[in-house]
Amino acid sequence: MNSKLKLDQLNIHFGAAQAVKNVSLDFPANTVTAIIGPSGCGKSTVLRSINRMHDLTPSARVTGRVLLDDADIYDRKVDPVAVRRRIGMVFQKANPFPAMTIYDNVISGYKLNGRVKKAEMDEIVESSLKRVALWDEVKDRLKTSAMALSGGQQQRLCIARTVAVQPEVILMDEPCSALDPIATLKIEELIDELKEQYTVVIVTHNMQQAARVSDFTAFLYLGELIEFDVTKKIFTNPAKSQTEDYITGRFG
Amino acid sequence: MTEHLVTQFDTDLNEIRSKLLEMGGKVEKMIHDSMKALVERNTELAESTIEYDHEINRLEVEIDELCLEALVQRQPAARDLRFITMAMKIDTDLERIGDKCRNIAKRARELNELPPLKPYIDLPQMADLAAAMVNDALTAFVRWDDQLAYTVCHRDDEVNLLNEQIQGELLTFMIKDPGTITRAIKINAIARHLERIADHATNVAEMVIFMVKGKDVRHLGIDPK
Amino acid sequence: MITYALRRRLTNHLMTILMVGAALAVMAPLGIIFVHILKMGASSLSMDFFTQIPKPTGESGGGMANGLAGSALMIGLASCFGLPIGILGAVYLTEFGGTRFATAIRFSADVLAGIPSIITGMVAYTLLVVPMKGFSALAGAVALALIMIPIVLRTTEEQLKMVPGTLREASLALGVPFWRTSLKVTLVSARSGIITGVLLSIARIAGETAPLLFTALGNQFWSRKLTEPMAAIPLQIFNFAISPYEDWHRLAWAGALVLVVIMFTLNLTARYFGRNRH
Ligand SMILES: Nc1ncnc2c1ncn2[C@@H]1O[C@H](COP(=O)(O)OP(=O)(O)OP(=O)(O)O)[C@@H](O)[C@H]1O
Ligand SMILES: [Mg+2]
Repeated sequence: MNSKLKLDQLNIHFGAAQAVKNVSLDFPANTVTAIIGPSGCGKSTVLRSINRMHDLTPSARVTGRVLLDDADIYDRKVDPVAVRRRIGMVFQKANPFPAMTIYDNVISGYKLNGRVKKAEMDEIVESSLKRVALWDEVKDRLKTSAMALSGGQQQRLCIARTVAVQPEVILMDEPCSALDPIATLKIEELIDELKEQYTVVIVTHNMQQAARVSDFTAFLYLGELIEFDVTKKIFTNPAKSQTEDYITGRFG
Repeated sequence: MTEHLVTQFDTDLNEIRSKLLEMGGKVEKMIHDSMKALVERNTELAESTIEYDHEINRLEVEIDELCLEALVQRQPAARDLRFITMAMKIDTDLERIGDKCRNIAKRARELNELPPLKPYIDLPQMADLAAAMVNDALTAFVRWDDQLAYTVCHRDDEVNLLNEQIQGELLTFMIKDPGTITRAIKINAIARHLERIADHATNVAEMVIFMVKGKDVRHLGIDPK
Repeated sequence: MITYALRRRLTNHLMTILMVGAALAVMAPLGIIFVHILKMGASSLSMDFFTQIPKPTGESGGGMANGLAGSALMIGLASCFGLPIGILGAVYLTEFGGTRFATAIRFSADVLAGIPSIITGMVAYTLLVVPMKGFSALAGAVALALIMIPIVLRTTEEQLKMVPGTLREASLALGVPFWRTSLKVTLVSARSGIITGVLLSIARIAGETAPLLFTALGNQFWSRKLTEPMAAIPLQIFNFAISPYEDWHRLAWAGALVLVVIMFTLNLTARYFGRNRH
């Protein structure tokens, strides 16, 4: 299997505290990988290292390698901005730009970068919104504020915004934690479709969700990778007792 | 095994486990009683054994309900998931065993009306073997003991052997004296039922192995490792 | 028992009365000032006030047209200096706020905001008026900008800090460079709050008199250049109010009324923007 993305002995410190310990993981292309684990185990920290979000936190120190198509994104010569264009991210809480319309939100990746041809915009907006199954719901009010949308719609809008710039990898940090079950199912369905084109990494607290949407599952505990395997294996017959204790709700 | 954070879940699982044990015990009793009704020509016991099957059916329904409830409420994973889904399958096998015993008791009731063909020696032995297999399979289930389950699977061959032996014997009876055919066919049916009971016990044992190891050993040829 | 309950009720009433009194004491001065200025100013206000420059002593009539224009010009000019510096400085403080340099800036801004405006005027005087050998509108605008900068800086910083970090991250995650994110996302998201801060700072400098005394000085006539002394409403109010002429007193009251109305409007607009936030 050719891996799109690879973590190689990743260590992440915040000041003196080590949040992620020696994690190595392979994410094959066009798959969905779920990262699960108890709160504070470092899931978000791992995820955010993949598009160099920690660059913004002065206390954060990342060592080890993150290979995107076999090239280390932490290499000195690599521009983090270029990395982030290839690796998009969807956040826990829907965060559309409040000062923008629905339309502008979808196209924001282009507009904010100042590189956009008017003629292409309409097409990008329409196809991105269709991808996230939001087009029919908002096509009549594209020029209204994005803040008027429901939570689930906002989250799909954020995914549309991410998809619009055509990244190669999409990172999602608990994308459904603020949504109702129906909105959640819509997003899960979407994730399943996204993997045809993208490599998806999703952090989730909802184990049924991980079981439903992912092909592979990684279990983190106290900053360490305890187990990584095919999702079905993890949820029916994990190899490690810590994994088993966690997914069966036996954690002390 | 540590306990669940939700202790009610443990209580629910324990209830499923004890109901399955109860069902297993009753099934064993049915095997023994149906055989006793045959060997001792006790038609009354045959009748009560036929009636007793309702108990088994009731337990199957109860266990299925408990399992469904646990599935819906707890969305179990890993060993809990395997335990519950296997419990649901095991109770089906046990219920089938109950049906077989009921059939044996019916045949016994009919045979008791006819003159004895010959003393029953191999059939009780088969029944004892099958009952022991059921017992061990359930013990393995309760104890998460895959090794014990493997031995159950292996003992199936002995039962098959006895079955073939009995069939051969019956065949010679029928050839020698066509007047024995009615009785021989009924006895043959009983032997086949016992053989099926052993098969069900083997099924249960295979499920126990899956439950413990998370590995499906059905249709593979059993080989502990 | 009864006396105890009674005492409790009495205390309760007393405290309520005290608090209502305190609240009234806050409102009262504003009311008094407003009513008084309205009474004195309204009668003297006419079209002339907005179109004429002050008449020489002895002649009746005249207005403060040059003062209005001067104030507007110097405030505009001060905004041209002060707003970019204040706002960009605030962006710097929010994005790189952890450094020692940022702490130093913040401290300086606080000190600057606390300095009496007359001292700011004196500083502008030494820095600009003396080297340029003459009072000028430019020096006035700089003095006003000096007062404006710390206000804009700190209010803008507060507003920027309130922009959720997730918005910034959303933008960065789209591959938008840091500086564009700061300007196009963070700043834009906080715009209504920033406008509030800007309007309040304009309201503040619109009424400043002391720093202009040493810089723009004032002018009875229209000024043609930024390097000449220039009239301003507060200056004219000050000069006319201390003059011995009844006519000028009346003009001063009219000027005061106009100034108060402008302030009032600015404050209300600021509130509108402040409230209209998400
Ligand atoms: N910016 C930061 N500065 C200091 N410590 C941090 C920072 N971000 C995360 N940590 C620490 O790193 C560890 C892992 O945090 P992280 O957010 O990755 O957990 P998580 O697995 O995503 O938890 P949750 O499920 O609650 O989101 C925690 O101990 C946390 O306190
Ligand atoms: Mg997290």
